Amino acid sequence: MLTYIARRLLLLPVVVFGVTLLIFAMVQLINPYKRLSLYVNDAILSRARPEQFDALIVKYGLDRPVYEQYFGWLKGLARGELGYSPSAHLMVQDALAKYLPATAELALFAIIPLVLLGIRMGVYSAVHQNGIGDHATRIMAITGWSLPVFVAGLLLLCFFSQWFPAGRLGTWTIPILRSAEWKAYTGLHTVDALLNRNWSIFLDALRHLLLPVITLSYISWALILRVTRSSMLETLRQDYVTTARAKGLPERKVIYRHAQRNALIPVVTVAGWTVAGLLGGVVITETIFNFPGLGRFAASAALQLDIAAVLGFAIFNGVLMVTANLVVDVLYALIDPRVRLE
Amino acid sequence: MRARRNLLRGRSLFFVRFFRSRITRKFFRMPTSVVGLSLVLGFVVVALAAPLIAPPAEPSRPYLVPRDSYLNEPQPPSERHPLGTTSGQYDIFYGLVWGTRTAFRIGLVVTLVSALVGVFLGAVSAFYGRLVDEVMMRVVDIFMTMPFLVAAMVLVTILGTGLDKVMIALVVFGWMQYARLTRAEIKKLKELDYVQAARAIGAGNRRIILRHLLPNAIFPIFVMATMDIGSMVLSAAGLSFLGLGAELGYADWGQMISFARNWMSGTYGSPLQYWYTIAFPGLVILLFVLGWNLMGDGLRDVLDPRMRGSK
Repeated sequence: MLTYIARRLLLLPVVVFGVTLLIFAMVQLINPYKRLSLYVNDAILSRARPEQFDALIVKYGLDRPVYEQYFGWLKGLARGELGYSPSAHLMVQDALAKYLPATAELALFAIIPLVLLGIRMGVYSAVHQNGIGDHATRIMAITGWSLPVFVAGLLLLCFFSQWFPAGRLGTWTIPILRSAEWKAYTGLHTVDALLNRNWSIFLDALRHLLLPVITLSYISWALILRVTRSSMLETLRQDYVTTARAKGLPERKVIYRHAQRNALIPVVTVAGWTVAGLLGGVVITETIFNFPGLGRFAASAALQLDIAAVLGFAIFNGVLMVTANLVVDVLYALIDPRVRLE
Repeated sequence: MRARRNLLRGRSLFFVRFFRSRITRKFFRMPTSVVGLSLVLGFVVVALAAPLIAPPAEPSRPYLVPRDSYLNEPQPPSERHPLGTTSGQYDIFYGLVWGTRTAFRIGLVVTLVSALVGVFLGAVSAFYGRLVDEVMMRVVDIFMTMPFLVAAMVLVTILGTGLDKVMIALVVFGWMQYARLTRAEIKKLKELDYVQAARAIGAGNRRIILRHLLPNAIFPIFVMATMDIGSMVLSAAGLSFLGLGAELGYADWGQMISFARNWMSGTYGSPLQYWYTIAFPGLVILLFVLGWNLMGDGLRDVLDPRMRGSK
């Protein structure tokens, strides 16, 4: 077990190195004059004279060999310097920190339906194979898989926005959030509202979260449902399940204790993809619902060709995905002894 | 004898197998695959007949969606505009009809190119093994670490927006799954006797890969590509929706939908006033993707031997 985790950890720097290389390679597609904006505040750049540009390029080493530039860039990354974002009027790292809580809150709530609905309905669908419920969930899943996030989000907004408006909180909450009594512990409005015992803000935050959460999670939900279903079908045909039935265990116990636990192993693998799907979905979902998180920030930065901000968002995604993959690998080893022994 | 039969199998042509009656019959017995196939064929007809269904005002630039005026507010369906107009008075019907061609172009080109790249790299990786394989798979890991849509978005931002840039970005981050699948298939196949036999009669590496290994590995890849066409069109539409895709006024489904973005709350008292701006483009894109997915699902049930037992 320990060697398995150690091997994963040793591989981690390789992947991280590769991801930084990939992002750096993309940066190299831009010409040095444009790349300057990754280092220099826009206000300074707009005042600079043409000959000063060349001086700046030399100063930041943009004329040096590629590998030197790469290590210089890596050093900056290691110090947490991601450049200046003209669209946010902030340093990229500060902008990311500012928008992170909203996205974290959205993602947190998006996981709930995945576990509750995706796995439950997947198991149900497999146990009642070819029943009406099975066909219904299967059709729902394949439709969910084909319905674009932006269409689903806009339709939800179209039908329900009178009750569940876009945005993150109603405007009436602004004075309360700015007042001295309000303590922002986490930046997640629902959690903060609970800690501050302010029920009306808690409810308002939930009201604004509902539609984005549905939009963000339904595709991953469909995916998890289908994987759970097929994995459960396979497990139910195994000999040990027959044995469990033969020795007279109640059907509930056979399904939920014996079969489901093993059937969930492939679902863990999919959980890794789900993180990727959520990250991609966040950009579109937040844009639709005007939800002030990382995704909307990245999307609007991309439109304004604010490359530093978009790259910062990419790096954040890379870090998160590497971590998520590691967690999935370790979880996998924890629940499946066969992986450990390999 | 066995080696010879396997040799023949390795050489047997894709189309001959595809139209073998057992498979075709099984495919047509499932209502879902028939629905999928009909949807896709329907879109093919629309794409081919676009000049007849929606005659362009300017025949030299048919992809330019005609607009009546610069009025901001969308207009409901009327005789002149059967499906209404978007914000900025682009005709929704025209945009959807000609957008079908755009969708096919994106889906087919992106899928074909990424499949070719992925299959080539996967085959090389599996066939030569060892260091080549190790390096190649780490490269695949690294490309897969970035969430697909985010990675594509970053690359489009860097390359500059536009439909061609979107297609490049989708290929750059879309080939990996083909590489993985091809690698897995070929690793399995290359241990089989018929490959040894081919080598024994003096076939070179290239011949073995192209004539003996790939034809036998092609079905799962084909199924994956079928389902990928829909999702690539979705991703491209997503990028267009964010404003990174086609130029303003180009017939493109994602852009049609992005026009609807600011009108979803309707007006006071009639929240559904602008329903047509999202309903028609949304329906079209849903049916397109659904068609490919259903067809891919049906093909997999028929072609993938591993799935055969589970039905």
